[in-house]
Parts: sequence; structure tokens; C-alpha cells
Amino acid sequence: MRANSAQLSVISEQARALLGRRRAVFAAIFLLASMIPIASPAQQAKPWEQIPIPPLRAFHPQQPKRIELKNGIVVFLQEDHELPFIYGSVLVHGGSRDEDPAKAGLVGLYSQTWRTSGTAGMNGDAMDDVLESKAAHIETDGDDDSTAISWDSLKGDADQVFSLAMDLFFHPKFSQEKLELAKQQQATAIVRRNDDVDAIAGREAAKLVYGANSPYTRQPELATIGAVTLGDLEAWHERTIKGKLIVGIYGDFDPAAMEAKVRAAFEGLPAVTPEPPRHDEFPGPKPGVYFIDKEDVNQSNVQIVGLGIDRRNPDLAAIAVMNEILGGGFGSRLFIKIRTEQALAYDVGGGFGLPYDHLGTFQVGLATRSEKTVDATKLALEEIAALNSRPFTEDELKRAKDDILNSFLFRYDTKDKVLDEAERLEFYGYPADTMETYHAALEKVTLADLTAAAKKYIHHDKLAVLVVGNAPEIKPPLADLGMGQPIPIDIAIPQPAARPSSAGVGK
Amino acid sequence: MQRRSFPGISTVLWLLSFLLGLAVLLPAVSAQDLQSFEKRITVKVLPNGLTLIFCERHDAPVFSYTTFVDAGDVNDPTGESGTAHMFEHLAFKGTSQIGTTDYADEKVALAKVEAANDAYEAEYLKQVGRDEKKLAALHQAFLDAQAAAEKYVIPNQFTEVAEANGASDLNAGTGLDDTQYFWSMPENRLELWAWMESSRLSDVVPREFYKERDVVMEERRMRVDSDPIGRLEEQLLATAYVAHNYGRSDIGWPSEVSQITATEAMAFHRKYYVGGNIVVAIVGDVDPKADLPMLEKYFSRIPAGAKPEDMTTVEPKQFAEKTVVIREQSQPVYMEAYHRPSYHDPDDAVFDAISDIFSNGRVSRLYRSLVEQQQIAAEAEGYTPFPGEKYPSLFAFYAEPLPGHTPAEMRVAIHKEIDKLKSTDVTDAELAMYKTRARADLLRGLADNQGLANSLAEYQTRYGDWRELFLRLNKIDKVTKADIRRVANEIFVDTNRTSAEIDTEPADAGKTGGGAQ
Repeated sequence: MRANSAQLSVISEQARALLGRRRAVFAAIFLLASMIPIASPAQQAKPWEQIPIPPLRAFHPQQPKRIELKNGIVVFLQEDHELPFIYGSVLVHGGSRDEDPAKAGLVGLYSQTWRTSGTAGMNGDAMDDVLESKAAHIETDGDDDSTAISWDSLKGDADQVFSLAMDLFFHPKFSQEKLELAKQQQATAIVRRNDDVDAIAGREAAKLVYGANSPYTRQPELATIGAVTLGDLEAWHERTIKGKLIVGIYGDFDPAAMEAKVRAAFEGLPAVTPEPPRHDEFPGPKPGVYFIDKEDVNQSNVQIVGLGIDRRNPDLAAIAVMNEILGGGFGSRLFIKIRTEQALAYDVGGGFGLPYDHLGTFQVGLATRSEKTVDATKLALEEIAALNSRPFTEDELKRAKDDILNSFLFRYDTKDKVLDEAERLEFYGYPADTMETYHAALEKVTLADLTAAAKKYIHHDKLAVLVVGNAPEIKPPLADLGMGQPIPIDIAIPQPAARPSSAGVGK
Repeated sequence: MQRRSFPGISTVLWLLSFLLGLAVLLPAVSAQDLQSFEKRITVKVLPNGLTLIFCERHDAPVFSYTTFVDAGDVNDPTGESGTAHMFEHLAFKGTSQIGTTDYADEKVALAKVEAANDAYEAEYLKQVGRDEKKLAALHQAFLDAQAAAEKYVIPNQFTEVAEANGASDLNAGTGLDDTQYFWSMPENRLELWAWMESSRLSDVVPREFYKERDVVMEERRMRVDSDPIGRLEEQLLATAYVAHNYGRSDIGWPSEVSQITATEAMAFHRKYYVGGNIVVAIVGDVDPKADLPMLEKYFSRIPAGAKPEDMTTVEPKQFAEKTVVIREQSQPVYMEAYHRPSYHDPDDAVFDAISDIFSNGRVSRLYRSLVEQQQIAAEAEGYTPFPGEKYPSLFAFYAEPLPGHTPAEMRVAIHKEIDKLKSTDVTDAELAMYKTRARADLLRGLADNQGLANSLAEYQTRYGDWRELFLRLNKIDKVTKADIRRVANEIFVDTNRTSAEIDTEPADAGKTGGGAQ
């Protein structure tokens, strides 16, 4: 599961406009948004405040039916009869953070090969043909803490697609040929990983916080993917599907019939193996300025990082409001200062990531023209430090809370979002009423809470600064940040001795 | 959380019924359902020419909207590439009522900014006899005038009011063909939204324009200058087109976008932001009967006007292949593109079919050939229309070689697939797959309020009737194997091709990391 469900990442518009198509040029995209501390000097009448806002009509989102099987597997059924589609998924504990470091990339290879290999009865290519002719899908995926199989089809094809998906879930036949294909594609991703500035910055910033070889940051290399065997994939599969599975079904089905079908598929399995508790420990960054040289850019990507919190933190609500004020959206302190007032960046923002089961990062990022690197970085550092020196105002608090609370219903305005949330909470072992509790806590956040949260969690002297940029263009030099001489980071891609490549490999 | 790509499904029943009527695998349509859906849609053309489209969906107390302006960067005047996009940024800066402490005085100050910029630019552009000292003084005067105008600004008040009232996914996008503004909101803010949206369309103020121009320059550095694919694509288009504006950078050439003036952006606004050139679609928990008079009141503030005259330029026929080779450190990429007609062409659906058969998923021809069988590419696809659809555009191919393979091999392999398409009919199964997927994808794609609002506004603009969104399926149904061969033979010819590639060169030996000391 994507740990940072929402937030963070500064980087809005990375989505490199899938090659062509209609390339929209967005003004900006924000995951969080917030309001500003501006003293409005005697503004003229505010006509928008005269517009009536009637009470919002009551809305009680439909909750999925939760069924816990005797073996511990949990099933959620969420009906929606508007369209004749049925969607389903099985979520499996265990992801790339659990793989053998010497075989980093295993989960990526596994999740691709699982589907492309198919089953004994129907190989992956044949499955593609069958499904595509029905505009149906079965896919497998891997993430840092989970893998999953998912399927969808028109209602009329749902029985057949469900059977195929179950066959693939319980009886995959991993193929050597498809593993080789997956390795080639992963090798391509490895040699291409230094072409995209934003990807470099995100990856290397995380390494500064978690350490380069942590379960969350170690990266697949040509040697580690080379070490993965078909037996590794089979063993991974056998082991992980014994965990606590979470089955979710959504769409246009008869609930009794669907429940019977899902029970028939999963009820006979042995009791699930519980996940061992995690004991992640992270060093946090060593303060300083780190630098990665990239000669084909005219803009520096700057990431300011520290070790953050997780979502179980008792001060979560205050931190979320502080996130809004610092770097959420058009009205945030960072946006106003660095983009609106100084025009130093298109992309700027940040705050605390809020993962469910391990500490996240505190991260502020921006992209600015090379020669302004030091100016923009200083401003961002000042805004971070100012969380502890410039008092939060009532105005800021109100706007940040309005912003979060008035858009809160977009977290559950469709039935599939409600199902997603239920599965997420089940997966991480959170109470079912987490969202309600969070909403109530957000309403109660005070100025004193903000001040206390800043004091407790914002330590500007423990932050590291990472710059990916074009060295000769960065003037004044990074040493002018006053954080010591920049420490170079080597991102050259290690070449396995046994596998020479004739392609140029990006530095 | 990874896994199924749940579109926020909840579409209107009739869509479904309508599609069902066309789809072989689904039961037949009932006319009553079609009617019931049409009842959910209300279209109203206001006296100023602006079209409002409502679609009711009462699942949750929310609505989404799209304002679709039929003008994009293809309409930027010569020498002013990037103007439509600059204006889009301006549309977040507020109006004479929002974002200012005193508009009367601010207006005077903004006029002085324009005058100062004109004086500075006149000196800056002198080819002969530019006086650097004078230029510096004029630049300072320009900065001073901006600072004076900024005294009246309440920064980002427009977006601040929207966000504090629950606006979600607030954004805008400028393409070559059009400009779109959108967000979602709780339904009890409909009137507030109507006030805000109609205000910014009709009463925009060129506030903080020159700073925003610097912001857009950063956007350009991010999307184009510092991104290998951005650079490649910009060069491909600039090479493929000799006359039409599709060949011009959509975000703007640096020398041009950095010199667009507020006066120019406002002139663009006056010309293109008129009623007849705007469609606003609203989908969600709205009640047209009750809400229409209110919306009409607000949206009537937009100046009346018919669609501006279309451009005269038509891209001339290409008569020789053109090639771009970029030698740099990033990894190899191969692209090629062929001119094709606009979306108005009767063969539009045939192009879609070809793109689908070439590229849609693991069953597609390019995947099976280049990725699976030959094992020379990590990714290969053909897609269209590119970079726009309103005017004659391109059918483009893109491929990333596996390590050890080259752009030249991509080219050969793509041409082999093209030749096959020209010489042999596609199979019945391939064609049927395309048609089935087109129906299902249409249905899925309309799943959420925002997606439906975008589609309704777009089809209403492009075809004068939102129903074309569904009627298009009739055209898709009529595509034949012979059509595909005929069209492939018409456009996939050497003299109609432009190719662009990145050839990887090793890093400069003399250069080492850790610089910037």
C-alpha cells in the first residue's frame, strides 16, 4: 500500500504528460492546500461574503459490508448498481521493504511475472487475449508493503473473470521466459533512472533520511535483479498468500451470491499467519548540503529533509494543520513567499508525510533556476525555521482548518473511496472510525497546539539539503548556504562485471 | 495503495443503456432509459452566447465543473507564444473585487507598470544603439512600478476563498487547442462558485503579471529545458510543422514567453473569452430548475460575442522526410510522426482504431513485436492525435530501447509493423477488440463527476452537441478492415514522416561531480 496516502511530495506535476497526447499545462496541482496569514488592510466590501451558504444536506456514505472469515481473512463487499461493472481485489501483506537486500527488485519482478506468466491452464498471453476481447482486466501489482491482484469486467463476464483471477491467485505458474522479460524491463528502468531530475531528487532525499540501504530506499541494481530466480518468485508467493488477505469487491453484484462465491474461494484456507510487528529504525539525515551534478538542466531541484512522524502520532491533527499552513497550497507560507512574492519557483511545497506504519519524512521541495538556488533554498529554510519563531495567527488557523474540513467529504464522496479507506484501515490495523476521530481532532486544533507541535517536531538544525542541479550555473555557490561545503553524492549506476552493456549508461 | 484502478464509478443509467444498445455483449437498450438520462441533462445557451450544461447526479452533496474555453496556445499571436497559458495563470490572480485592497488606485498603478514595461522593452529590443545604462534605469523603474502596484494586492485571495470553501482538485490546464478551468466543491457553495467563476472570466485584473511570468519560465525549465523527453518532443513538433502553430512550443519559446506583456494577455482575453467561445459544464448534486436563474444572472456578466474567426493557416503537405538527432547523456529514445487530418475528418475513428491496435496493452502489435518477441524495447506505442486535435495533427510513435539496443532498431521494427498494416488486413478479433474496448472505456471514463463535466464541455464545444460523446460509437462501429489499410497507406509514407531521437553520448570525461563550490 502506498504509505503516504495523501500528502507530501511537493512535486505536483511530475506526471510527465505521458508522451504527447494532449499536453495540458497546469497552473499547479496541490495535494494539500491552505490559507494565508495576510493582514488584509481595509479591503473594500467582500461581495463573496454576502453570498448565502445554506447548510449542507446530510450525507451518510454507504459503508461496505465487512465479513471476517474463520481463518482471519477479511472480505469487504461494496454494492453499487449504477453501472454494470464488478471490480475486485485481494491485498496481500509483504512488499519490497521485506525483500532480501541482495535481491532488491524481487517484488517488482514478481508482481509483473505473476500476471504475465499466467496459470497452468492458461498462460499470460492467452489470458490477455481472453480478457481484452471482453474489455476486462486482471492485473498484479507490487508496492513497498504489499502486493495485490485485482480484476474488473462487465457484469456479464464477472463469473468467468473471477474464476480466472482466483486461478491466477492460487495457482500461478511462473515462467522463466516472462521473468527474463521482466528483468529486461527493470534493467531499462535502472539505466534510465538518472534521466529524470525529479526522480533522482525524490530517491536520494529519501536515502538521506532513511539511510541508503534501508528497506524503504535500497534500490534494485543490475546485479540484484540478476540474482532473482524463478524459485524466489514461487517462494515469495507461497509465503505471502498465507498472510491476512483482504478481499474487496465493488460494483453491480448480488450481495448474497457474491458472499457465497468469495467464501467458497477463501474459507477453506488455513488460519492466516499474522504479520510480525515492525521495528524500523531510521537514523535521520546528517545535517549538511548534498549535491548531485546534472549537466543537462537549467533548474535546480532542492529538497530539504528530516525524519518525520507516522499517522499514529497523537499530534496528528495539529501536524496536518501545520502542513497546510507551511506548504499545502496557494495560500501556504512557502507558496506565497517563494512563488507568489519572489517568483522563484513554479513548484514549491511540502510538509510531513503521514505513513500508517513507519516514520515518514519531513520534506520541503522546490525547483528554481540555477542561479537562484541559494536564494530560494535560504527562503525555504527560513520559512521552516519560522514555524518556531513567527507566531501562527488566528487567521492562519481558521483558513487551514476551513480548507481541510470543508473539503473533507471528498475523502468519501463515492462508494469506491469508502471501500478503499475501509481496506486501508484494515490492512494497517487501524480502527474503523479513524476518519471520524481524525475529523473531530482537526476541529479541535488550537493555536497553542500548533505552537507545541512546531516546537516538538520542527528541528531546523537537523535538516539536510539536497540539490540536484547544474554545477557551473549555480552562482552563488552552495557553500553560501552556511551549512558547510557541499557533499557530493555519486549516482553512477553500478555495472555488474558479468554483464557488459553496449548502451551508454547515464551517469 | 496500489491495485485496481477504480474509477470513481457512478455514472448515469442511461449512458449505460445507450451503450448497451450498441454493444453486442450487453442487453438491448430501452428507449425509456435513454430518455431518462436526457432528462438529467439540461443545456442552456445564454443571450451572450455562453453555453451552460447541467448533469444531475445526486449521490453525494457535491458538484464538479469544467469551464472550457475554445482557445489555447495555438491561438497565441505571432511573437507571443505562451500567451493563452499566461492568461490562464492570470485567471487565478483575482478581479477588481477580490485580491485587492483598493482597485481604483491599483488600476492606476497597474497602468504605470505597463508604461514602465513598454519603455524598458523598447530599449531592450533596440538592435542598434541600445544604451545599457538607460536600460538599467528603465529596468529599475519597471521594478519600482511593480512594487508600487503590489501594495494593493492581497496575494492569492481568489484561490484562498475557493479552498477555504472546500474546493478540491482546483486547477486549470492550457493545451494548444483549448483552456480548461475546474474544481469540485460541496453543493451548498454553488452560488459562491458561480460568482467566483463568472468574475474571473469577465473581470480579470492583470495583477502580479510579471512575477507570474517568471513563475511560468520556471515551469518551462521544469517541463521542457530540464527534461529530455520535453526537449525531444518540442524539437519533433518544431520540425514536423513549417507553417501551423502546432509546431510552436505550447508553453512558449523562452524569448517570447519572457516578453509577453499584461496588455497582450488582456488582448487575448478580450478576443477569446467571449460568450460564444465558452462552455461551462456542471455535474453533481444540482437542480437546474432552481439553480438556472441564479447561474444565468452570474454568467451573463461575460461579454457577448460569437466565436472569433478561425485561423487561416493550413499546414502545407510535407514533401520530404525530416530528422532530428539529439546527442546527449540521457538514455536513447526514438520518436516518429506522420501528418494526419483533424478530428473533423471522416476517418477520425479509423485513426483511433489504428492507435488502439498498435498500442493498447499487452495484446497490442507494438508490444508483442518489439517488447515480447524481438525483445529490443522496454516500451513502444503509437498514438494520435498529437499534439492537438482541432487542426491537422500527427500520428506519433514512441519507443524506448532496452539497454544495448538503439533508436535505429526501433525505427526498423516500427516500420515493419507499419508495412504489415498497409499490406495485410487486421484480424476480425483485433477490430472487434477495439470496438468493445471503446465502448467500455467510454463508460468507465465518464465515471466521476469531474470526468463527465470535462467530456460534456469538450464535446459540446467540438461538435456543438454533447450527445456526440455517445454517437461517436456509431462511427467507431463502422470502421472496417479496409478503412484501416486505406488510411495506413495514405499517411504512413516516408515523405510524410518526421523522426526525432536521442542518441546517448557518454558523460564529458573532464567533468566530475561535486561542483558548485
